[in-house]
Amino acid sequence: MNSSALKRGTPSLSQGEGWGEKPDVPQLLEVRDLQVAYGGIQAVKGISLQVAPGELVALIGSNGAGKTTTLKTLAGIIAPVSGQIDYDGNSLIGRAAHRRVAQGMALVPEGRGVFARLTVRENLQMGAYTRSDTLGIAADLERMYERFPRLYERRDQLAGTLSGGEQQMVAMARALMSRPRLLMLDEPSMGLAPLMVKKIFETIQEVASQGMSIILVEQNARLALQVAQRGYVMESGKITLSGESRELLGSDAVQRAYLGG
Amino acid sequence: MKSGRFTKKNGLFVLQLGAVLLLPFITDALLGRGWVRIVDFAMLYIMLALGLNIVVGYAGLLDLGYIAFFAVGAYCFALTGSPHLALAFPQLFPAGLHLSFWQVVPLSALLAGGFGVLLGAPTLRLRGDYLAIVTLGFGEIIRIFLNNLNAPINLTNGPQGISLIDPIAVAGVSLNAGEEILGITFPSVHLYFYLFLAFTALVIFVSHRLEKSRIGRAWMAIREDEIAATAMGINTRNLKLLAFAMGAMFGGVSGTLFAGFQGFVSPESFSLMESVMVLCMVVLGGMGNIRGVILGGVLLALLPEILRHGIVPLQQALFGRTVIDPEGLRMLLFGTALIAVMLYRPAGLWPSRVRRSELEADEPESTI
Repeated sequence: MNSSALKRGTPSLSQGEGWGEKPDVPQLLEVRDLQVAYGGIQAVKGISLQVAPGELVALIGSNGAGKTTTLKTLAGIIAPVSGQIDYDGNSLIGRAAHRRVAQGMALVPEGRGVFARLTVRENLQMGAYTRSDTLGIAADLERMYERFPRLYERRDQLAGTLSGGEQQMVAMARALMSRPRLLMLDEPSMGLAPLMVKKIFETIQEVASQGMSIILVEQNARLALQVAQRGYVMESGKITLSGESRELLGSDAVQRAYLGG
Repeated sequence: MKSGRFTKKNGLFVLQLGAVLLLPFITDALLGRGWVRIVDFAMLYIMLALGLNIVVGYAGLLDLGYIAFFAVGAYCFALTGSPHLALAFPQLFPAGLHLSFWQVVPLSALLAGGFGVLLGAPTLRLRGDYLAIVTLGFGEIIRIFLNNLNAPINLTNGPQGISLIDPIAVAGVSLNAGEEILGITFPSVHLYFYLFLAFTALVIFVSHRLEKSRIGRAWMAIREDEIAATAMGINTRNLKLLAFAMGAMFGGVSGTLFAGFQGFVSPESFSLMESVMVLCMVVLGGMGNIRGVILGGVLLALLPEILRHGIVPLQQALFGRTVIDPEGLRMLLFGTALIAVMLYRPAGLWPSRVRRSELEADEPESTI
């Protein structure tokens, strides 16, 4: 396969120049040489990536590659060792997680993280925690119920009593309630039945088509690359490959490592 | 139709209110004055349990040293409202401070709240068992300090405790002497009952408002999943500190009431057993549900007294002597009751509505 448009990742600063993108397009998110460690063990070893406004970017890789750590660092839950994270032209380094939410970054955490002993409605309302426009929140709640009729049926039920797929819907709807500009999804397909995965990915595409920027972390590489415009392949803390989704899907390395072909 | 139901509900409320207001007189007539005192103590426990409910029930932070805040409030009044300061520091306070109860209440609320933050700040990253261990240690540290701060300077008077605390006065009327109002004689314990009732009502009101507030929801989100709560834009650090501070304030105020009521405080009132007891009230009654916590407080505050007054005469009648000490029996029954509740009603005797429906839900979970 021709992989001329693909870029072999090296943990160098030059990676931040942005491959395959027009340099004059302002990026919504720009990460440069990000390093993250847990108590001395490096989980992310200097990665760089960009997300343009309205772009759906996939971050794929096997278990333990550092994808979730990257996402948590972007959300402000973990502090990086070094590197730069620019969001909307401003540095996020040292900015608390709750402030990042107010600026339009929303994370759907790994394992969904629904509030089990709150009702579905209360879960969705928590998503709008940083907002104060009561009418807008009520309208968005209705919109979420329209998008996920299942959640409307179960609005007064405790979120912990829902099935995995329904909980994923709650987690997504909850994140959307904050009206984010950048949605970060951590393994939305994990542990779901194929039908439910389809439904969740349809929603992701729908949201993306409305102009929201999305970072999609997935183990299911094929699925993620099918919906994303661009992708990054992560291996043991480094980005080893990046480029257009179509080309990544066709590349030998990705085929071998993640697509079983 | 609707207005009819409304008045019926109102009528029921008036009836309940009347029953509560008459409670000291009914108790006095049926069981004797000693029981009014026991009811007063039960209300102190209810306030404590509601305070701990904020920390454990709402924010999900397991606190095994909660009684320390009760101690802070009690010693706050003991120091500022007794001759102890005059005796210990004659140069500094020749006549003692003798602040009035109404000055001490905000003071001890602030002080206890400060101690709450002091406990919360270093434990922000801890959860569950680890937090329980640290809070347990904190409670013991406070008690041991109270026990030993009689040297080199006599701040707490050590194990002897501080006595001769000024009685609480409301509108110039000392609650320690009986009072005749409108031809009805109100003995001291009755007067304290109404004071405690007012404070309990306030604590219930504040708890209720907190539960329904944005802050309350944020606490519950932290309890359910801290990372997800952070991802919602909740400032988890500040809200956890606030939970500790609010809970501690409730504890401090009830400690002040306790000191004024007893007229005497000593470190032995603030043992680990008391922290465990208050925690049991919260867990047994129904964590996070105000009514449940009140029920737990009433049950666990009254149970030992019922045992003390019931078991000894029963044994005397059966065996002619006391075979088992009611104190020992109390712990045995407590343990049994707790195990039974955890087995058969894991959400507590009176869980909140959603949680009850969760437990009763027999609807099969969908497979997708």
